[in-house]
Amino acid sequence: MARVLIVAEHDGQSLNPGTAKCVSCARTFETSAIDIAVLAGDGGAVAAQAAALAGVTGVIRVDHPANESALAAVAAPQICELASDYTHVFGPSTTFGKDLMPRVAALLGVGQLSDIMSAEGAWRFKRPFYAGNAILTVEAPQDRPVVATVRTASYQAAESTGKAPIREHAVDAALPAHTRFIETRSDSGGGRPDLQTAACVVSGGRGVGSKENFELIYRLADKLGAAVGASRAAVDSGYAGNELQVGQTGKIIAPQLYVAVGISGAIQHLTGIKDAGVIVAINTDAEAPLFEVADIGLVADLFAAVPELIEALGG
Amino acid sequence: MTAINTILVPLKRVVDANVRVRVKPDGSGMALDGVKMSINPFDEIALEEALRIRERGEAEEIVVATIGAQVCTQQLRGGLAMGADRAILVEVGRELEPLTVARTLLALVQREDSQLVIMGKQAIDGDNNQTGQMLAALWGRPQATFASHLRFNGGVATAMREVDAGLEVIEVDLPAVVTTDLRLNEPRYTKLPDILKAKKKPLETVTLDQLNVEPETQFQVLGIEPPAQRPRGVKVGNVDELVQALRQKELI
Ligand SMILES: Cc1cc2nc3c(=O)[nH]c(=O)nc-3n(C[C@H](O)[C@H](O)[C@H](O)COP(=O)(O)OP(=O)(O)OC[C@H]3O[C@@H](n4cnc5c(N)ncnc54)[C@H](O)[C@@H]3O)c2cc1C
Repeated sequence: MARVLIVAEHDGQSLNPGTAKCVSCARTFETSAIDIAVLAGDGGAVAAQAAALAGVTGVIRVDHPANESALAAVAAPQICELASDYTHVFGPSTTFGKDLMPRVAALLGVGQLSDIMSAEGAWRFKRPFYAGNAILTVEAPQDRPVVATVRTASYQAAESTGKAPIREHAVDAALPAHTRFIETRSDSGGGRPDLQTAACVVSGGRGVGSKENFELIYRLADKLGAAVGASRAAVDSGYAGNELQVGQTGKIIAPQLYVAVGISGAIQHLTGIKDAGVIVAINTDAEAPLFEVADIGLVADLFAAVPELIEALGG
Repeated sequence: MTAINTILVPLKRVVDANVRVRVKPDGSGMALDGVKMSINPFDEIALEEALRIRERGEAEEIVVATIGAQVCTQQLRGGLAMGADRAILVEVGRELEPLTVARTLLALVQREDSQLVIMGKQAIDGDNNQTGQMLAALWGRPQATFASHLRFNGGVATAMREVDAGLEVIEVDLPAVVTTDLRLNEPRYTKLPDILKAKKKPLETVTLDQLNVEPETQFQVLGIEPPAQRPRGVKVGNVDELVQALRQKELI
């Protein structure tokens, strides 16, 4: 029976929700183990959160100074060392997982599956390609480890109702020194909800026109308790940071409510919002492709409609 | 002496990013007949970056390579027109899985004694986002993925990476693999004289056999289907109606 190892994504303190979504994916097929590997400088807090996820059978805590920051070249040999006990090795399809999992697969001498959106048994999976214009069903051979990333927008996070045992593992693998972490520069988002997990997201596009005007998007988002997103054109033009890009090459999200303001709806953008519950589009161009997927469309000038909407939402 | 002798830039021939591709009605594949094909946009960015590195005097030579059928020479000529020095076609009649592609690229890296590979972070057809990382693993060298800024200082590259949290800066020793994100640069347009000049640049064809690479297929494709369609929505006339519709759905 399948034994699944999931690589935890975390920032040293908290487990990223992508990990709990990998657990949910693993729980859709028959398994005899779902274990989580926590590589960290000091993984105490993260291991405890991982152990609490429903369905998890064990947590392997790998503390090492080299694991202080997540580097694929450093983590991959350690994951490979653990992988021999498992039939599957999963990571989230976040930038962390996308960086790491192919390296793990190649070191194990196997291919990798990207963006699993559903499992039909332990060796048969569906994944999107061509910017989500097509869905592929593939079967992996049973005599080799299945290394894969899990499309986080396709799964709900497993709940924190369990209490799995935690064991410690000392690193044996030789760790390379050829890759060095320097720094992370992130915009904390002003205390707003996280784009990848928020129930509501308001995104702005090129139509917003400037970084100053993007304030309007933030105001509407704050009114709705929403996270802020952006189209590639808005990011390229400097209206918003790259971490806010939604789409094929940005974040794939599944909020209950997605409000797209001044975004045309290019296929690469739509790929990122296909799983949203309700899509609202505000655009002056009635022919904008976004209206083809929007549940509620409003043909209007955003500079009139958005302030009016903020007003109508009260406060 | 520059730190980098040869930069290898793999180019993939893919459906143009502006084409809306669909699954064939019989589900046997994608309807690609007569569709415009281009260099994968991320690979074009990779080549542009390599050109800038060479123009700064930090590298000697740029080799572009494609793995695919004879028609892929179109994209290689495109790469030569942009400014690459030489091109290699690894002639293969069918689509290879990323692991075999990575093994093939490793063979090219060794054959060309390349110190730097710059490649797209993903191809917009397969959307796998794997090959650069796999190549780095097989090569036993660093990877700087999703790069949006790249600088060299002797044998060390500093890369800014686009990650979910924002931007991350890492340092890698050469030789190394870099994969590109969209904001690394804006590729130049090729001019007619460059296209003519490119016809005279060397383009070599090799086989997987010559590179000692055994192609391997691990995953069996069971089917291809179109994605689920979202039901068509409604248009509202004004902001009040929008608010009402949101209330009805209990979203506000
Ligand atoms: C390889 C590749 C990957 C890509 N990845 C992504 C990705 O991950 N995410 C992404 O978003 N894009 C991506 N793109 C880019 C994508 O193709 C589009 O170019 C981009 O999404 C367009 O952004 P936009 O809708 O903001 O801009 P535009 O297409 O310029 O649309 C602006 C819209 O604003 C409307 N507008 C203008 N003024 C107003 C106003 N006053 N009030 C209301 N509406 C107004 C216009 O009618 C128009 O519809 C990618 C492209 C490529 C080639």
